[in-house]
Amino acid sequence: MTMPQTMPIAPRQSRSNNRAWRKLKANKSALAGLLIISFFLILAISAPLLPIADPVATSWSAIRKAPSAAHWLGTDDIGRDILSRMIWGARASLMAGVFSVGIAVAVGVPLGLISGYFGGWIDVIISRITEAFLAMPFLITAIALAAFLGPSLGNAMIAIGFSAMPLFVRLTRGQVLTVKTEDYVEGARSVGLGHYRIITRYILPNVFSPLLVQASLTIATAIIAEASLSFLGLGQQPPAPSWGSMLNVAKNFLSQAPWMAMWPGAAIFLVVIGFNLLGDGLRDALDPREA
Amino acid sequence: MYTYIGKRLLLAIPTLIIISIFAFSLQKLLPGDPILAMAGEERDPQVLEFLRDKYRLNDPVIVQYFYWIGSVLRGDFGISLRTNQPVLSLIAEKLPVTIQLAVMAMTFAFAIGVPIGIVAAVKKNTVVDYIANIVALSGLSVPNFWMGIMLILLVSVKLGWLPASGYEPFFRDPIRSLQTMIMPAFVLGLALAATLMRHTRSSMLTVLGADYIRTARAKGVSERSVILRHTFRNALLPIITMTALLFGELLAGAVLTEQIFTIPGFGKLIVDAVFNRDYAVVQGVVLCTGAGFILMNLVADVLSILLNPRMRAAL
Repeated sequence: MTMPQTMPIAPRQSRSNNRAWRKLKANKSALAGLLIISFFLILAISAPLLPIADPVATSWSAIRKAPSAAHWLGTDDIGRDILSRMIWGARASLMAGVFSVGIAVAVGVPLGLISGYFGGWIDVIISRITEAFLAMPFLITAIALAAFLGPSLGNAMIAIGFSAMPLFVRLTRGQVLTVKTEDYVEGARSVGLGHYRIITRYILPNVFSPLLVQASLTIATAIIAEASLSFLGLGQQPPAPSWGSMLNVAKNFLSQAPWMAMWPGAAIFLVVIGFNLLGDGLRDALDPREA
Repeated sequence: MYTYIGKRLLLAIPTLIIISIFAFSLQKLLPGDPILAMAGEERDPQVLEFLRDKYRLNDPVIVQYFYWIGSVLRGDFGISLRTNQPVLSLIAEKLPVTIQLAVMAMTFAFAIGVPIGIVAAVKKNTVVDYIANIVALSGLSVPNFWMGIMLILLVSVKLGWLPASGYEPFFRDPIRSLQTMIMPAFVLGLALAATLMRHTRSSMLTVLGADYIRTARAKGVSERSVILRHTFRNALLPIITMTALLFGELLAGAVLTEQIFTIPGFGKLIVDAVFNRDYAVVQGVVLCTGAGFILMNLVADVLSILLNPRMRAAL
């Protein structure tokens, strides 16, 4: 007994990926986004190697000093170097963005795949719970969870990831529902492939693009959420630096040391705009309708 | 129409039940014994046991849930641990403050977002459109608490034009009330303006491509009238629906905005309750938020039906 000659073939991914990559490269705003993200990523990774001050070292002789040659971005209320805290803070922000979205994807996508592919009662249960969580504003769920888990950067990431998860469940489920009826999935089923192989080989690759776009945009939201939680005191704990908590302290010294408030906010703004630009660019590049 | 609303309300019940389970389990997930917190210095086992019995903490969790949801349904959300006020009256006291903030923010959002969206659509792919897009993207990316801090720095600290914080009820002193609210409302409205601008633009572009717009132009209607009367009126529909759905974003934004400008509203109530571990308040707030969001979704759907003659006919 030989294998049937006409194996179902899923649409070739590599060629369309090349085209998407070309379109992404041609998209100036996406490239700008990528550039901004790379800049902060390199800073965050190389933080321990850079010749900068210790981010938690205090100095009583350098309290709230304006930007100068010794401290490029000035110092804070207990004499710590703001540039150094900014660079180390980039780690917290980027980590929070990537890890919390990682959690949301790792849990949300499988749930969405199961829900959309199998349907029936399991779909009803997953969809109902997802709807209930989507009925809560994202940040409020995150605040409630972070508070109950206890304030720390790790818990903030879990809280944000969990709050963002329903977005991915809903998106994946919707995509699966449209892909499920395609001929190549029918074909795969008719030659007797198991559910697991159909899902991982035929469905997942074809719902991947919108997920990538959503992930990029959600990282932007997650970075703001981490900054918000840290600002409220529910994220990164002192003395460890985070842009959000730096802003929280800075608001008390607005008239004496305005530079304390300027840099962290500008950094959050830039990183978030980077991920938003990349997400929008990816959406344009991966949209098959505009091939 | 009424059957439709009735059906939608019925469908909201399971969602509300799940939210209530979430709100209830938040307390159960919490490390620490609420009874110990309540008893304070008192450590007499008999007293603790009495309190445990009184609050039914010795019953199975399911039984506790039903006792709790039973009193919630009778309008009793419990008592705030901190202020000893009934949760419901606490919420009723804070909500109008946030509603005033929200209405003002929405006004800003509409006044900024919709005109820019119209212009961007009409001048599609020109410099004007690109600038509008960059402005919208910036509005979506700027953390609103930073925006608030920067505005305080500029307007209150440097220029001294407006108070940096404080709150005055609208009906006691309208002028002062608007003065204290104008900055927070602007901060809160900015992100919404960006969202509205994007939706206005794409909605206008869809309508501009329609046959009846070409017809209007062909019969010599002035361009101004084509844009405002023929296109905008039809493009407005999805924008109005969208507005009702922005409720969640508005509330989440209010949490931080109220924190920055120390406005004693719903958002500040949430943060304070979370920090004080005031369970009853957190639960009440979560439930009310969920119910409000479901209601706004329903309003959005009903509005879009009422405003669209074609959908009204289909019902």
